[in-house]
Amino acid sequence: MPKAESSVFARWRASGARLIQRHPVARYLTLKVGRAVFVIWATFTATFVLLYVFPADPVDLLVDPAAVGQVRGELREQLAATYGFDKPPLEQYLDRLGHALTGDFGNSVTSGKPVGHAIAETLPHTLVLAALALGAALLIAFALAVGATATRRPWLRNFLTSLPSAAVSIPSFMVAILLLQVFAFTFGWFPAFGDQGWRTMVLPVATLALPVSGPIAQLLIRSFEAELGASYIATSRAKGATRTRILTGDVFRNASLPALTIAGIVFGNLIAGSVITETVFSRQGVGRLTQTAISSLDVPLVQGVVVLVAAAFAAINLAVDLLYPLLDPRIRVSLAQGSAPAGASA
Amino acid sequence: MSTSPMALAPPPEFPATAPVRSAAPAPSPAPEPSPPAEPSRPVAERTPADQPAPPLLSVTDLSVDYRVQGGWFPAVREASVAVEAGEFVAIVGESGSGKTTLIHAALGLAPANARVRSGAIRFSGVDTTRWRDDRMARIRGNYVGFIPQDPNTSLNPTKRIGRQVVEAVAFNDRAHPGAAGRRSAAIEALLAAGLTDPERIFDQYPHELSGGMKQRALIAIALAGKPKLILADEPTSALDATIQKVILDHLEHLRETLGIGLALVTHDLAVALDRSDRIVVMKDGQVVEEGRQADILEHAKHDYTRQLLAATPARHPGRLLPSADQAGLGQRQDVPAGAAVIEPATPQAAAPATAPAIATAPAIAAAAAPAVAPAAAKASQPPAIAARDLFKHYPLRGKGGGQVRALDGVDLVVPAGTVHAIVGESGAGKSTLAAALVGFTAPDRGAIEIEGRDITRLSRRELRQVRRHLQYVFQNPNTSLDPRFTVERLVAEPLQAFGLVKSRSESRERVRASVRAVALDDSYLHRTPAQLSGGQRQRVAIARALALRPRVVVLDEPVSALDVSVQAQILQLLVDLQAELGLTYVFVSHDIGVVKLIADEITVMKDGLVVESGPAGQVLNRPAHPYTRQLLEAVPGRDLTQAPSRQTTTPPSHHTTSHHTT
Repeated sequence: MPKAESSVFARWRASGARLIQRHPVARYLTLKVGRAVFVIWATFTATFVLLYVFPADPVDLLVDPAAVGQVRGELREQLAATYGFDKPPLEQYLDRLGHALTGDFGNSVTSGKPVGHAIAETLPHTLVLAALALGAALLIAFALAVGATATRRPWLRNFLTSLPSAAVSIPSFMVAILLLQVFAFTFGWFPAFGDQGWRTMVLPVATLALPVSGPIAQLLIRSFEAELGASYIATSRAKGATRTRILTGDVFRNASLPALTIAGIVFGNLIAGSVITETVFSRQGVGRLTQTAISSLDVPLVQGVVVLVAAAFAAINLAVDLLYPLLDPRIRVSLAQGSAPAGASA
Repeated sequence: MSTSPMALAPPPEFPATAPVRSAAPAPSPAPEPSPPAEPSRPVAERTPADQPAPPLLSVTDLSVDYRVQGGWFPAVREASVAVEAGEFVAIVGESGSGKTTLIHAALGLAPANARVRSGAIRFSGVDTTRWRDDRMARIRGNYVGFIPQDPNTSLNPTKRIGRQVVEAVAFNDRAHPGAAGRRSAAIEALLAAGLTDPERIFDQYPHELSGGMKQRALIAIALAGKPKLILADEPTSALDATIQKVILDHLEHLRETLGIGLALVTHDLAVALDRSDRIVVMKDGQVVEEGRQADILEHAKHDYTRQLLAATPARHPGRLLPSADQAGLGQRQDVPAGAAVIEPATPQAAAPATAPAIATAPAIAAAAAPAVAPAAAKASQPPAIAARDLFKHYPLRGKGGGQVRALDGVDLVVPAGTVHAIVGESGAGKSTLAAALVGFTAPDRGAIEIEGRDITRLSRRELRQVRRHLQYVFQNPNTSLDPRFTVERLVAEPLQAFGLVKSRSESRERVRASVRAVALDDSYLHRTPAQLSGGQRQRVAIARALALRPRVVVLDEPVSALDVSVQAQILQLLVDLQAELGLTYVFVSHDIGVVKLIADEITVMKDGLVVESGPAGQVLNRPAHPYTRQLLEAVPGRDLTQAPSRQTTTPPSHHTTSHHTT
């Protein structure tokens, strides 16, 4: 029986290897998916080491610090056995990894509910917030870049190009406080907290979007400028294309490609940034969940959240990697041929 | 609708097609296309008042400045150029001459930091000098087409070729409404540009085409708007010589069949002399000379023009002689002005014997003599370089698993004290061979012996000892020198690396000797590469290679990045140094015209194979392989080597009076 199994496995592996060798697209996919899986696994392992192995006795983390002294003897052993701390670390690790693969990160210490449920309940709120914030950030960044590129007034261009660095240098809690002060307390246009209705979304989205729009805008302005100076733009102008037509027909698409990469990174940051925003605006979401998990030393929940954020990050970047070849024909080619060594191109 | 490419007849006069015609004191449109045989006159004859029509393009006393650090730097100074219908005008100049700026300014394509200070630009008599950009956009494409310099960067990389040509049709050609009409017009333009399979190319991306095909696609884009005039900015400088010939032939053909006016900007006077009716020579932003092709060829008035003529490789009948020998002869006419004057060197023993022969006999056989003599004398010692059966394949991953055969069984023997040139076009494997010879690239198979030692079997440390006597000069001096180092440090670096100098003063002495050997004085020692010209940088690169007193120097395209006049000086310098120090050179070049000036023996490569190898005189005068003949035919400057007069089929310009040199 083991022989049959191994031969089936060997055949499967051989055909897989052939597929990967023959088909560059399969190869590309394998590489990128493999990278994403590795990131998630590495995060899981790192959090396991930090949260379960490093502390002298993980039971201490489970118990209210004020009451640590009272928990001793049998109760302590009982607790350790319930959470599997009595087993050797490697066994614990494999056990937890096995469960994590099925989505089971154990139960929250504070609520007793499964970690997966707690996350599943709050995740949609955060995802909507982060997606809206990303959209808003891109909108602001593109508006700035197009404005700065299209205008022929130097003072306006200088003003527009100086905005992103201003946005970058303001921390997001400052943005939150400023927005609250002006739009919630002074004008009363939008509510200061809560998560009912679209009006409660406006200020949190703005808070998240403004700081991240800065780096995207900086990148886009540079990229628009570089594309506008490219030789093929001179060809387009020589064809008789007007400035507007060149901006929309040539520059916009080619200059936007780098923004795709940064958007992937930014989305991960937005999920991480939701910790502050959701706390300040008293919204439910993964950020708030993280904040409470950390302050109550809810180890399984912390690990679940960290791995989830890593997974979201990996998924977004995977999507970007897969989207890129569809948008840029040059990458499709290097994909199909592999890269020929420099100096040997015929 | 869809007509044959030959019938891409000139549209009615520009003022009649352009939406801006109200501004023009318009001559009435020519009723029918000009017959191709006589391109320049008919337009003039048909104008109602029987007055000559204004030229398609006339630039008068144009000055253009660039804003540089708060000041204005003049790039073009009171330059005047005119192009008549059916005329082929070449604008010739070296880097910094303002030739490209002039053309860009005429098209309204000058960058934002440029301004037209004074002068006028007129298209068919309509002054467009101060026109706004959107107004200029209506002339560009349908009255004047433009072919840019580098085909590799001048097409939008993310758009299919077809779409880029269709855009050019859509912007300019009202006669083809609808997608199908525009598509057929675009296909027609691709055909007219000489692309034989336009349907397939229509759906390809730029990176899927070769450089020559991309340039044809750009010509198609320029033709798609059916212009009367095409301005071409160094359209073939980034291409191989054989492809350059095909593209220029095609441009000439278009001029004859379509009767369009053509202005070609080029750094290469030989190209201009081969192709144009009239030549405008520019230097430092000014037009220094302007005249008919034959006049420039035979009675160039300006010193600079004569200097350019002298520097053109085609002008030289054979190998350059060391300056010391020339001084003895005192009768060679083809020495470029300002050629490197080296410290008095001991005259070669062989030179006086050959001297009388040079003045009389067909040059190459005679010029090869001095080099052959020392080679024969040293026949007993092993050759400087002996490479046998070299293979180097680079795998191509993915589709089909093919490979690039950079070296495919290459043999090379270079006797000590001779110059062996390796010639080939891009992808021939010549740079791979050069890199293998100095041990930068390990061949897959084969042996390389340097002075009798097989370097493919040496340890890294032993290879280092061989390298002391085996130096390499890189193609581009602008990138091969550390920009933060001074000249002194650059040249001293290899000396210190090999531990050849014991004290600071000894190092300084040897650096000075090297720098003087390349005809730079001590004042250059403390400059950085940014403070040097291109030619000076290449001199420093050579000085750096010479500092170790090598016996063999491998030079990879050492003059390709340089202006023609600088190129001539560097070649002369290399010849002088070889005579003085008894060096062995391996000289890699894409340009068989340049190779002629320096080589004793020539190896011609193509696709990793040696197609021909032998003494320079034999390869150049009696090439055995058709590919060698093809390379030789592609060298521009036939008038410079053959009889000085040329029979022109096109009538000479009748437009010489109004454009004086400034």
